[in-house]
Amino acid sequence: MHSKTAEAKQPMPPLKLWALPVALGWFIPGGGHFLLKRYGRACLLMLSVTAMFVLGLMMRGNMFQPQTGDPLTTIINVGGFLGDMASGLLYLLTTWFGYNQPDVPGAVHDYGTKFLVTAGLLNVLAMVDAFEIAAGRKE
Amino acid sequence: MPKMNLSHFEAAFLFALFTSIVLGVVTKRTDRERLRYGLYVFGCFMVALFGIAWVMRLGHG
Repeated sequence: MHSKTAEAKQPMPPLKLWALPVALGWFIPGGGHFLLKRYGRACLLMLSVTAMFVLGLMMRGNMFQPQTGDPLTTIINVGGFLGDMASGLLYLLTTWFGYNQPDVPGAVHDYGTKFLVTAGLLNVLAMVDAFEIAAGRKE
Repeated sequence: MPKMNLSHFEAAFLFALFTSIVLGVVTKRTDRERLRYGLYVFGCFMVALFGIAWVMRLGHG
């Protein structure tokens, strides 16, 4: 309990320490770790996030649009959109090249949609890790 | 890009594999701990996958 309180009171590190690794980590999955010279972990993160995203595309998953309406619709669609966007360059390239899979019923499509969102969420975890390394909170 | 048709098991297996790798990499502090945690998470995914599959099979009669 005491250590948790002590951890919560850590001051925010200077922006210039962590902004670039975190931004690069968003843009290129694993890029933040590459910048911080954690090459092995960077490769694993890049491989996992990219594979998850590409598998989602190959299963013809649907990309969420930031649609609003009732609270549940808003949470699902805006949350899904943010999850998709968290894949960085992968998401941008996919949308720029015109990927536009409609949301159709079917287990494989549904898995694909989840793979696309999860790739982004895993990239968020990688960005948080890059932040902690850059801020000196982690080796 | 070619279209891929995976079974439920194949899709869930790949999901578990890549998620376990990332969780192992970002969670712990030493390589040994990362490997152990990654394997542990993957094992949990597999237990849940087979467990829930059996529950659904038995539930459907």
